[in-house]
Amino acid sequence: MRLIADKIDCERGGRRVFSDLSFTLGSGEGLLLTGANGSGKTSLLRLIAGLGDPAGGTFSIDGMDDDLAIGQRSHYVAHRNALKTALSVEENLAFWAKFMGASDVAAGIERGLGLFNLDHLASYSAGLLSQGQARRLALSRLELVARPIWLLDEPSVGLDEASCKQLAAAMNSHMDKGGLLIATTHTGLGVSFTKTIDMSEGA
Amino acid sequence: MQKYANPTRFYALSGKVLPWLAAATLLAFAVGLYLALVKAPQDYQQGETVRIMFVHVPAAWMAMFCYSTIALASAIGLVWRHPLADVAAKCAAPIGASFTFLALVTGSLWGKPMWGTWWVWDARLTSVFVLFLLYLGYMAIWQAIEEPLRAARVAAIVALVGFVNVPIIKFSVDWWNSLHQPASVLRMDGPAIHMDLLAPLLVMGLAYTLLFFTLHLIAIRSEITRRRIRVIELAEVQG
Amino acid sequence: MKIFLALIARDLTLAIRQGGGVGMALGFFLAVMVLLPLGIGPDLKLLQRIAPGALWITLLLSVLLSADRIFQPDDDDGSLELFSLGLMPMELVALAKAIAHWITTGLPLAIAAPALGVLLNLDSSLFLPLLAAMGLGSMALSLLATIGAAVTVGLKRGGLILSLLILPLYVPVLIFGVAATAGQNAMPGVFGSSLLILLAIALACLVLAPAASAALLRAHMK
Repeated sequence: MRLIADKIDCERGGRRVFSDLSFTLGSGEGLLLTGANGSGKTSLLRLIAGLGDPAGGTFSIDGMDDDLAIGQRSHYVAHRNALKTALSVEENLAFWAKFMGASDVAAGIERGLGLFNLDHLASYSAGLLSQGQARRLALSRLELVARPIWLLDEPSVGLDEASCKQLAAAMNSHMDKGGLLIATTHTGLGVSFTKTIDMSEGA
Repeated sequence: MQKYANPTRFYALSGKVLPWLAAATLLAFAVGLYLALVKAPQDYQQGETVRIMFVHVPAAWMAMFCYSTIALASAIGLVWRHPLADVAAKCAAPIGASFTFLALVTGSLWGKPMWGTWWVWDARLTSVFVLFLLYLGYMAIWQAIEEPLRAARVAAIVALVGFVNVPIIKFSVDWWNSLHQPASVLRMDGPAIHMDLLAPLLVMGLAYTLLFFTLHLIAIRSEITRRRIRVIELAEVQG
Repeated sequence: MKIFLALIARDLTLAIRQGGGVGMALGFFLAVMVLLPLGIGPDLKLLQRIAPGALWITLLLSVLLSADRIFQPDDDDGSLELFSLGLMPMELVALAKAIAHWITTGLPLAIAAPALGVLLNLDSSLFLPLLAAMGLGSMALSLLATIGAAVTVGLKRGGLILSLLILPLYVPVLIFGVAATAGQNAMPGVFGSSLLILLAIALACLVLAPAASAALLRAHMK
């Protein structure tokens, strides 16, 4: 499959954030978004996910015969972790696995916990987690169900070195399996991306 | 005082006291209920229903007593910043609320034969009802704030504000009631009450007080344990 | 359907673990029940006459009070965004949230209402109609509340706006709810039909409210 962005314009609060942005991303390719704060990295990810309409231009997918939206094929991990502190680590994952339509919830949870070795924390309340642990738990959602597009907004923030490596391994294996990856970063992620867009330039 | 206020020492000491306290509670209830249900004479007007009084009146006493305990413990917690005082205040609330609820329900049961309806807005019942609401509000604070230290501060201030307000509420409700119905149907305070009724009432009062102390100790011990578990869990999770 | 139930189950678990919701709404219900006689006077005949109306108005306010928590926590932690990337349309998300809110707020209040009716000297023959009418009516209230909650999600002073928006929408429920509760003596002939109208309102809300809420939530996230 291919994800095509065609002449995307983005406005926020009446201000033009970027305009005329186009790219094509094929199976197994990664796109890195860099640029200063406010250059529109997060906005672009949200637009791709369908959390907002571009001021101009279109996103499209080819090579798929069902009519799911791009967002429904995507994992989107934003700054906020979407965790409930009153639920246990495992319950958090179980809910999202069910919500995203996993056919085998238990297997999904196992994969999710395995991603960052969180198995030993499964039964603890998510409210007890440190920030880094909570971030890892949020990223564990990526493994709950297989979705071809990963949209990651500053995924490595708050992670220690070992976790960053595990994340990089997960991203590489996702692309090896033919998945698409779009990520933003300030710090570098330890993954070789096919393309890079510096968002500061377009503004 | 400071010596016994250490949670660990308190835990050990209360463990020794608890069985004796529980036994004393049972004994007091046995004697009290015997006096109240068997020995005490029927009332010439109310008949057997007067016996509800022996369950109802001590419950109403305890409703006030528990709230005073909370206020006292809160004041100690605020001034000396002692965690055990905070825990004591927190743990007294559900017990006090239960006594208050018992007072309301038994009052209503008593009201049926007395007034012909389950509920009458008489001054005493209304005041107890407002007290019940104060309990609910106090307990809601503990539930709403996760961080125990902050919850303790806020809850203590709320308890003290409530405590200062109780007499004012009581006074205004009495005044409101006198406006609508001059004299209360039931009068049982003062020396008018007969000795045969007073003795069982006092024993029941003692039994209720002992029950409160027993339950309170158990509740404090479980709260201390709960907090320790949380600390251990935190240490385990975050390494 | 599985996804739908999973969302309801999650909300119920959260409501039980975090407390708050059910207890607060009940406490508020109780508090108003005390204030009424204090304001009106303890005359049992008078209280009996106003009991159905008083219970209903208190129910409206209790439901309203908890309404701003329907979507706000999920918006705060980012869950709401992920809901819109799920396989389930937002309409069903809103419906699931409304049902969870009804189970944790409206239904307990409806069940508690006869007990509180005792305090107002409500005729015991009205307990069953009260329960039925409030059970149905509170469902409509929860559904309407999701519309208000979807409007004000993310707004700083949402609570007040929410009241202003939603209370007018509660008018039909209030009118037919009271009519279904007031008993044959007060309003002969309308008793049975009121219950049916209440059912019709609840069903209409069941269809319309999730659609409106979903549209509002989508607009919020753009």
